[in-house]
Amino acid sequence: MPVLRVRSAAAALLLLAGLAAGCTPAAATRVEIRIHYSHFGPTAISVPHGVPITFVLISEDPIDHEWLLGDAAFHERHRTGTEAQHGARPNEISLPPLATIETTLTFDSPGTLQFICHFPAHEKYGMVGTLTVT
Amino acid sequence: MRRLAAPLAALAVTLALAAPTLACGGLIGPNGAVNLLRTTTLAGYHDGVEHYVTAFEFAGGGGSFGSLTPLPGIPTSVVRGGDWTLQRLVRETDPPPDFLAFAGAASARDSAIVLQEVRIDALDITILQGGGAEIGVWAKEHGFSLPPDAPEVLDFYASRSPIFMAASFDADAAAERGQAIGDGTPVHLTIPTRNPWVPLRILGLGKSAGEIVQADVYLLTDLRPALLPDPGSKLAAGGMQLAHSGVASDALLADLRSDKGMEWIPASAWLTKVEVDASAIDLRFDLAIDASGAGQPSLRDAGLEPFGPLPAPPSPTPLWIVLLAAVLLVPVGGAWLVAGAMRNGGGRPLAGA
Repeated sequence: MPVLRVRSAAAALLLLAGLAAGCTPAAATRVEIRIHYSHFGPTAISVPHGVPITFVLISEDPIDHEWLLGDAAFHERHRTGTEAQHGARPNEISLPPLATIETTLTFDSPGTLQFICHFPAHEKYGMVGTLTVT
Repeated sequence: MRRLAAPLAALAVTLALAAPTLACGGLIGPNGAVNLLRTTTLAGYHDGVEHYVTAFEFAGGGGSFGSLTPLPGIPTSVVRGGDWTLQRLVRETDPPPDFLAFAGAASARDSAIVLQEVRIDALDITILQGGGAEIGVWAKEHGFSLPPDAPEVLDFYASRSPIFMAASFDADAAAERGQAIGDGTPVHLTIPTRNPWVPLRILGLGKSAGEIVQADVYLLTDLRPALLPDPGSKLAAGGMQLAHSGVASDALLADLRSDKGMEWIPASAWLTKVEVDASAIDLRFDLAIDASGAGQPSLRDAGLEPFGPLPAPPSPTPLWIVLLAAVLLVPVGGAWLVAGAMRNGGGRPLAGA
């Protein structure tokens, strides 16, 4: 599984630091994920490791959703969790109705993760996607 | 007719325990637990006006629960329904053996726009106008917890008729009022419309694909109605049966007419009972009704015209080809809507930890 280092503000700082040091930083990648009728689109995403990836999460639904990215153990914890709101960690995003939220993460190694909405019945309804880090 | 009240109340409790669920609104409680026993529905149509009578029954427990029901038009009135109309219809088409004698005796004689707000017993009823997203946002802001299929189902209805009835059922208030388990609160909506239709897909809201939806729908029309889907047809996917179709008896009409708010019952009418017994994934249509005698129920009213009006064919096209095409075009998958008012001021469902 890839090591997931989450940096939103930190990623920007590193980027600036790299520029100031005369290095050529890896280009940031933007990935747009739409939520429509309680399904992610696309459901299969591939991103490179070692560069900041900005995920643009666009909910077109009038209901609450969440975008939680992690490995199997991470999702098992969330299936039985009780935390009503996320936001402190960039791989755990709560999406109010019709909201657009951006979050940036960097993956240190290749591997496969899943993004799932763990609201009741949402995963079973199909709110599951796979992120492959190359 | 008042004599009927006690035995009918007993019948209601019995049916609640043993009979199929009768519903025409999406029902849900916190985290999907349905706590309302059932709603029963009559769609009566006379002189261009639909009389939609349904009832919400208290199943015990506390907290608040809700229901969203799509409507074919803006009601001109929302009032407490009569006391025995729905039960009398059940008795007409499904008379228990020990009831037959009694029947004989009886026959001897926000951004969605808030259009109306009405309080009936422990029910807070709001008539809303808006698109699917607007209704969904209004529902969330008012404590309803919508299941994941709600966005698609709300759009399914709002594209045809942007009118919804939100009913919030306060179980605590019901208990304080002394309502016992099984007690129903009937609601009567008067809706001018060119032809009635009955929302069926909404019954599967929040249900998984394989869950069974069961409902009884009574129609009372001036003439024998044409229905779409035709119960028992392949289009109905085997999930709908015509359980009763015939001229309404004078005794039934007299009994119904004597109930509160039912003076509109005509001198003669046709009684139809449609039984729905379908898996949620198959129930992706509504019941369109042509009560005019023209025999042309609307594809659009049945929700079978998802991509806009069909172009006029260059040559006459057999109806079965149109219907088959409509079925093939209906996307497979998903389920249907209910809204549940969350306890304690609209708490949301539990998210992951």
